[in-house]
Amino acid sequence: MNRLAIEAVVKQFPGVPGGAVTRALERIDLSVEDNDFLCILGPSGCGKSTLLRIVAGLETPTAGSVLLDAQPVSRPGPDRGMVFQSYTLFPWLTIEQNILFGARSTHAKAADLISRVGLKGFENHYPKMLSGGMQQRTALARALANDPKVLLLDEPFGALDHQTRALMQELLLGIWEADRKTVLFVTHDIDEAIFMANRVAVMSARPGRIKAIVPIDLQHPRHYTMKTSAEFSAYKARLTEEIRVEAMKAAQMEEVSP
Amino acid sequence: MTPLKPVTPGARVALGVAFFVLFFAAWAAATFGGFVSPTFLADPATMLREGWNLLAHGFVRDILITVWRVFGGFLIAAAIGVPLGMAMGAYKPIEGFFEPFISFSRYLPASAFIPLLILWAGTGEAQKLLVIFVGSFFQIVLMVAVVIGNTRRDLVEAAYTLGASDREIVGRVLLPSGAPEIAEILRLVLGWAWTYVIVAELIGASAGIGHMIMDSQALLNTGQIIFGILVIGCIGLVSDLLFKALNRRLFPWSLA
Ligand SMILES: Nc1ncnc2c1ncn2[C@@H]1O[C@H](COP(=O)(O)OP(=O)(O)OP(=O)(O)O)[C@@H](O)[C@H]1O
Ligand SMILES: [Mg+2]
Repeated sequence: MNRLAIEAVVKQFPGVPGGAVTRALERIDLSVEDNDFLCILGPSGCGKSTLLRIVAGLETPTAGSVLLDAQPVSRPGPDRGMVFQSYTLFPWLTIEQNILFGARSTHAKAADLISRVGLKGFENHYPKMLSGGMQQRTALARALANDPKVLLLDEPFGALDHQTRALMQELLLGIWEADRKTVLFVTHDIDEAIFMANRVAVMSARPGRIKAIVPIDLQHPRHYTMKTSAEFSAYKARLTEEIRVEAMKAAQMEEVSP
Repeated sequence: MTPLKPVTPGARVALGVAFFVLFFAAWAAATFGGFVSPTFLADPATMLREGWNLLAHGFVRDILITVWRVFGGFLIAAAIGVPLGMAMGAYKPIEGFFEPFISFSRYLPASAFIPLLILWAGTGEAQKLLVIFVGSFFQIVLMVAVVIGNTRRDLVEAAYTLGASDREIVGRVLLPSGAPEIAEILRLVLGWAWTYVIVAELIGASAGIGHMIMDSQALLNTGQIIFGILVIGCIGLVSDLLFKALNRRLFPWSLA
């Protein structure tokens, strides 16, 4: 059964007064299976965040609907955990208290996750005292501790340096391989998408549509050495071609529109 | 001097003290040197002698009465103003209902109400508390509403995706995230409350620091007036320091 179904979702934002509306999402159809790891890959501004926010219930679609276990989604809920692109830890709570925020989180789960994301010894620190990578690891632990059915990740490692980013990818993949959550992962990094995903959904430039869905048949558990394998390079060549056209369209669009 | 470069705590205290030393030196030079007539400005020694005199003759009671009026009126204003401000910041219909009236009221000077308040509440304690209340309440409400309304949206959204209800958003996100700034607002407004109480006591009071200042004016006793003003300054300074220390204790996470 499909865990998550995105059906004919359209999103338009009202433009500046008097101007045209912004068509962010044209018509998105996607179905995500239980235990799937779907990466959404697309150029900047194509509507990836908008799509994820609609699934989270933080934004309402102009048309279409999102179904979770056949139930329509209308508002945010604990069944869809989210890690945001920006740092969203509660600054007044310690790391441990942040992870305990969700109603379904327990001390045992928090302790387990703190050691899995490598934050032992930082339980009583405030977010401000942590580096960006540590904050995103905490945000990941906070979302996982609440035991969501679907985990939504919006470029969670986007602001991190290359090395930290690679470590975080392995960490998240390890957690997924162990727990088999359903994951929607937004990124504009092709390597990241191939390394993490079961399937990669390529989005077109704005207005966003799903242009292609590429299954990634790389074996699990995955190791970073895979990133240099021939198979990996083949996927990369293919996705690079798909995304290049869209990136060029997106860049052109920005030149034309004042 | 480099812009925005901090100085060491020791240097800070030394600079602050240096100002007071210079201030008293200039005052002493002007009065002892005979540049200013004692009728208009008492010298520091006279001021201290008069102050001692006052303290020996029941001025402590005046001080306590003034302090109680300030804190009484301020606490009532905060107890009603903070919850109302939070409700306005969190719920836009409530804000739409109250905001225009409160924005209008905050520009009414508290001192202009004194004659009316005397008419309504007499010259007793109720009138003094009301002056402080009128002066503090509207400011607290509006500033708290702004702080709550400016809560980071991404934190609210993160809490929703963790399953928080609308009610929990208020109690577990809006309140703790705004708490340090609300405490800062209260510290600021408490400072203003001191100016209102003295004005209230200058008119129609039988006790309090302001009342003593009025009496001393009738006797042209500038030493006592200055002593009264210094006492107000000192109490203000101490309550401000205590408030700051309390905020630091309560909200360690908000420090840089
Ligand atoms: N609140 C909003 N109001 C108006 N327009 C918006 C709003 N949010 C997004 N948009 C528009 O919708 C389009 C898609 O934005 P979105 O943030 O989803 O892009 P994205 O794919 O996540 O980009 P990036 O990779 O840079 O994060 C953009 O053109 C943006 O201008
Ligand atoms: Mg985005």
